[in-house]
Amino acid sequence: MSVRFQGEVARLQHVSYAYNSHTVLENVDLTISAGDFAAVIGPNGGGKTTLLKLLLGLLKPRSGTVTLFGQAPAKAAHRVGYVPQDVHINRFFPLTVLELALMGRLGPGRLLRRYSAKDLTAAEAALDRMEMLAYRKARLDELSGGQRQRVFIARALASEPEALFLDEPAAGVDSVGQKDLYSHLKELNDRMTILVVTHDLLVLSTYVKSVVCVNRSLVHHPSPEVTENMLRLGYQCPVELLGHGHLPHRVLPLHGGKDRG
Amino acid sequence: MGEWLHLAFVQNAFAAAVLAGVLCGIVGTYVVANRMGYMAGGIAHAAYGGVGLAFFMKIPPMVGILGFTGVAAMVMGVLSLRERHRADTVISVLWAFGMALGVLLVDLTPGYGADLMSYLFGSILTVSRASLAAMAALTASVLIFTALFHKELLAVSYDEHFARVRGLPVTTFYLTLIAIIALTVVVLVQVVGLILVIAFLTIAPYIAEKSSRSLQSMMFRSVFYNIVFGAVGLGFSLALNVTSGAAIICVAAAGYFASVAMSAVRQRMQNG
Repeated sequence: MSVRFQGEVARLQHVSYAYNSHTVLENVDLTISAGDFAAVIGPNGGGKTTLLKLLLGLLKPRSGTVTLFGQAPAKAAHRVGYVPQDVHINRFFPLTVLELALMGRLGPGRLLRRYSAKDLTAAEAALDRMEMLAYRKARLDELSGGQRQRVFIARALASEPEALFLDEPAAGVDSVGQKDLYSHLKELNDRMTILVVTHDLLVLSTYVKSVVCVNRSLVHHPSPEVTENMLRLGYQCPVELLGHGHLPHRVLPLHGGKDRG
Repeated sequence: MGEWLHLAFVQNAFAAAVLAGVLCGIVGTYVVANRMGYMAGGIAHAAYGGVGLAFFMKIPPMVGILGFTGVAAMVMGVLSLRERHRADTVISVLWAFGMALGVLLVDLTPGYGADLMSYLFGSILTVSRASLAAMAALTASVLIFTALFHKELLAVSYDEHFARVRGLPVTTFYLTLIAIIALTVVVLVQVVGLILVIAFLTIAPYIAEKSSRSLQSMMFRSVFYNIVFGAVGLGFSLALNVTSGAAIICVAAAGYFASVAMSAVRQRMQNG
């Protein structure tokens, strides 16, 4: 394990966010230290994606401050490799795997410049790292869900980022593909900080170092052990967690009187 | 019909069809890839408000259409960026408002029986040299712009959020794209009519999208299909003495249905 990680990658202080009048995050604090491998869990609509977008400057908080590498997110976002949610992307867009990976080499200072040999090398190295170089000429809709996600990660890696933020990278990926995906991430964590939004608690104990539970409020657990509080905040019904053992599906009672309808 | 080809207005019409095909093949590829077909339709129909405005205020039609369409397109662009999921509402309102305003203003203008049909379906057989020159200039500018910023336009079209994280000026690119669509509509409404503009902008790229491996090859294919549709449609129109714009749309639609049928057959053959 590398020890050259220092300082913090991202920080939220007293951050609130609302879509129109619907509050998604309320007065949350979070610090992601360099070298962390953090899983963001919580129910749908609980604010997981919002949290990621706030950190990347794609959304502006209603109140509170967000910093990324100590700077305003919009200024530092290019230092993060971003893997957005697959579902919003046009699956049939005419685009090859290599062209997609090359997008990771784009940047504000590179307008009016063609991709250089260095860009091509970096994109191919990233694809190779994710074991997708053989598919460089394939169209995106010719790949399986797991392969597509690996290409999206390669695109993020092509920019040679210091951190990787992923939004549900395992959605639509079969269980073998998921294991494969997470072991790739675990390897990458030797070199970079990773923040992954996930639905799947499989990742918890096996791969990650800390867990961020988001459901309007936020609790950051420094170790990946599942606690009762985590279940209470993150999940009203930890189906998937229990599903991976041999236990039947159980609905745990709510703790506390807070409304979470 | 060989001897017709010597007539100047027929030559102009074919030149207009080719230029429109090239311009719409390129711009239309962005429209389809960005899923902006509905917005392109809204911009084209709102342009009719500009027609009415020009008649009412007695200014050159080009000025009225350009001004009104430009403003309507920017309003659609800014509001749809701000609230993606409500974009269709904004577009619908401006779509209907533009048409209604155009009709009202023409009604209120004394002595003018403005020909609604010619703006809907165009009059490609009466295209002037000046219109051709405007189309050629716009086509050249669009070609240069898309060649210079190809990789950025690709990234913004494919994945806006990733492009933003990479630090690209996404809003500027997006609004520029909408401005190009608006200019295309303005230049082409007089030539081929606002309904044909949307057909030219969407049908060929829809067909091309399935079989292309890159945005460039989608553009080449779209341009090729558009020119074929335009030339064949124009031929029918001259031979049968029917409205040229409608003939071109019918040919393009036939091409679309044929491509859908062909891909269904191909799929069945693969599965069986």
